[in-house]
Amino acid sequence: MSTADAVTGYSVAASAVSLNGLRKMYGDVVAVANVDLEVRAGEIHALLGENGAGKTTLMRLLYGLAKPDAGSISIDGAPVSITSPKIARAAGIGMVTQHFSLVKTMTVTENLALQDAGFFSLDLAGARRKLLTLCEEIGLEIDPDARIDSLPVAMQQRVEILKALAGGCKVLILDEPTAVLGPQDVDSLLDVIRRLRDTIGLSVILITHKMHEISQVADRVSVLRRGEIVATENASGMSIASLTALMVEGVQQEIIETGERSSQGTSVLAIKDLTVHLRGHDVISELSLEVRRGEIVGIAGVSGNGQSELVQALSGVFVHQTGEIHVDGKLVKGGSPSAFAEAGFGRLGEDRHASAVSALTVEENLILDRLHFFSKPGILLKRKIRKFAEESITNFAIKAKPDQAIGTLSGGNMQKVLLARLFGERPLAAVVSQPTRGLDVVSTRYVRQLLMVERNTGVGILLVSEDLDEILELSDRILVIFKGKIIGEVARKDFDRIAIGAMMAGV
Amino acid sequence: MLIAIAIIFTFIISSAMIRWAGANPFAAFKYLLGSPLQSKFGITEAILSATPLVLTGGAVALAFRAGYWNIGAEGQLLAGAICATFVGLHADGIPHWLGIILMVIAGALGGMLWAFVPALLRSRLGIDEVVTTLLLNPVALLVVTGLLNGPWRNPETKFPETQVLSENVFFPRVYPGSRIHLGLIIGIVALAICWWVVGRTAGGLKMRAVGLAPGAARIAGLKVERTLFTTALASGAIAGIAGAGEVAGVAHQLTDGISPGFGYTGVVVATLAALSFPAVLLISFVLGIINVGSFSASRALSIPSTIGEVVQAVLLTTVVSALVFMKYRIVLDKGKHRD
Repeated sequence: MSTADAVTGYSVAASAVSLNGLRKMYGDVVAVANVDLEVRAGEIHALLGENGAGKTTLMRLLYGLAKPDAGSISIDGAPVSITSPKIARAAGIGMVTQHFSLVKTMTVTENLALQDAGFFSLDLAGARRKLLTLCEEIGLEIDPDARIDSLPVAMQQRVEILKALAGGCKVLILDEPTAVLGPQDVDSLLDVIRRLRDTIGLSVILITHKMHEISQVADRVSVLRRGEIVATENASGMSIASLTALMVEGVQQEIIETGERSSQGTSVLAIKDLTVHLRGHDVISELSLEVRRGEIVGIAGVSGNGQSELVQALSGVFVHQTGEIHVDGKLVKGGSPSAFAEAGFGRLGEDRHASAVSALTVEENLILDRLHFFSKPGILLKRKIRKFAEESITNFAIKAKPDQAIGTLSGGNMQKVLLARLFGERPLAAVVSQPTRGLDVVSTRYVRQLLMVERNTGVGILLVSEDLDEILELSDRILVIFKGKIIGEVARKDFDRIAIGAMMAGV
Repeated sequence: MLIAIAIIFTFIISSAMIRWAGANPFAAFKYLLGSPLQSKFGITEAILSATPLVLTGGAVALAFRAGYWNIGAEGQLLAGAICATFVGLHADGIPHWLGIILMVIAGALGGMLWAFVPALLRSRLGIDEVVTTLLLNPVALLVVTGLLNGPWRNPETKFPETQVLSENVFFPRVYPGSRIHLGLIIGIVALAICWWVVGRTAGGLKMRAVGLAPGAARIAGLKVERTLFTTALASGAIAGIAGAGEVAGVAHQLTDGISPGFGYTGVVVATLAALSFPAVLLISFVLGIINVGSFSASRALSIPSTIGEVVQAVLLTTVVSALVFMKYRIVLDKGKHRD
């Protein structure tokens, strides 16, 4: 039986959840406008939309975390009033967000037992039995006695899912579940989701930005735009292009010319024999690489093979770090972030929230790494700063006011501010880590185009990303990292997804 | 709103304690807050009492803005007082204007000196400044007592206090018929400078960034340790000037009672002011009123005059609690799920 047949088989099933005319306003802003959505029993229903399209609000309404202003929710055909997560769970709705609610110092079994525990009663044996039965039913393996903090993130996520199932969940909401996973773990998670549907007939609502996940697992897909469902279709009939079109239709987007791939220039970043010793072993060992003027070099690898450490080493934060880093042919001494900045090297960290001072304004964040340029003598030049901020906001299409706290911005806009700061400085070379993680399609496309433009103006960019498609799209050369070493180099003309994937796996 | 609730709680808790001390709480508060405002003398005394708080409160607020938890304003104030006293004991034959300037410089240097070691330990070795600055406070007091019982003992009275300093270093009175002295002007100017530096200069932006998100500041290439070090010294200098002000403006000599905890109260002031410099001025005045009012309350109702300190301490506790509730929310979750 092909997947398509399976889909048809399940799609005739009854409705598990139906949302009728659901509406939610926050002040004057319509977050969710008259949404009708039906999730059938035993289907994987993907919910696709840009940041701010209303996906999360919709799910918060369903899970009792927010009260709808209008409309109703029916479960198994009967209307229910969901006013709290407790009622939602009793009605068979479970939710797994990116922030897990597990007690890290307890074991898997204990965490499961905890959710049914009364004040004096804790049924460990029962929880364990339930866990093992579930695992067997679904075909999962998990050590019931492992402490949560000893498990990798992907495993913790599984525990979170099992916890929801043990709590009697019939409809599981997964809020961007793959955002916290590396590429390898994504496939196994998608496999788990499929198995949940096939073995115990679970309905899954999968919130995601990633198109290929939809084509891989979803039975049906609904597209949200500005709080409204603009389409609900069988996933097998939808191409990535048509989904994107539905999602962004009418959303303004300026197209940036990416230009020709330029020829090789001089070396702007050279790493020689870099070794980082951490947690008792070399997380990076004798790594050497070179980035030339006007090229993007992509670092491909399964996450946890030294990418994060490589990025951090490029600001010299490690005590046990040996080797040389040259920017524009000159050795960077001292190895502090400011030494790199002075050498003309920029950096976009993998976690934008850690790179921005959220309580400071957009303009203050924009100038934070170049204060000497915007002050004289030591006094901030308000007008110059405002002018620069307004230019950055225009040039980088940032939706914000200069004096707005950066913490109030959406992920995409915050990332644009950080990119404006990075490239506003006209660096010779830069390392850019996970530039589009968690961003919606429009912002992602914008950020990628921006990187191309900067490359064309001559910046040498080292791109570190867990998204192989991103690396394939942007890079002039790909270096494959495995266990802290560069184990292969592929030129653009030889790009081959499967071959690079095999190298990443260390084959 | 939460601050209002905090103030209501302060009234309730303090009332209970005043009741316990055997007085009518309403009468006590009438004296504490009301009586100083009924006479010109009361008001000027409240301003006098607020003067050191303006400086210590400003010093603490400045440090806290950069995320440097300077709890050592008391010790820095005393160190400033010691250095100022040294100048005052050797100031015969210099012009008055020079004496005043030297006093301010000596106070600032003393405060910086006392702030130097914790600042260095923090910025070089990452040693928690809360502990080091706090523990240096009693050490400063010991130095004061040591000096007063040794080389600086008053040769005439043999009391553990210095002789009266040279008149060349006295801070002039700035309001006729009151004890308000130059220290108040210096305090207000210092607050204005702090406010301007923090809001309008590159250094101030660095401080704010370091205080709000040290990690992000470091990523942006700011020298976090250097910023902390500089801020700590500046904070110490301001607290030290408060000490010079008490010596040169009020006591005109050094005694071991030169500061009844002005440095600690500075932490109260800065916190109540939510680290805003204009608010430091206002809060200092309010606490000054309570200080003066506690004496009249004590006289009229025969309760201990420490009642003023009790009210201030309760106020600090409730306001800090209110600030915690502003940042965090208690959710009564009847289910077991947490988000």
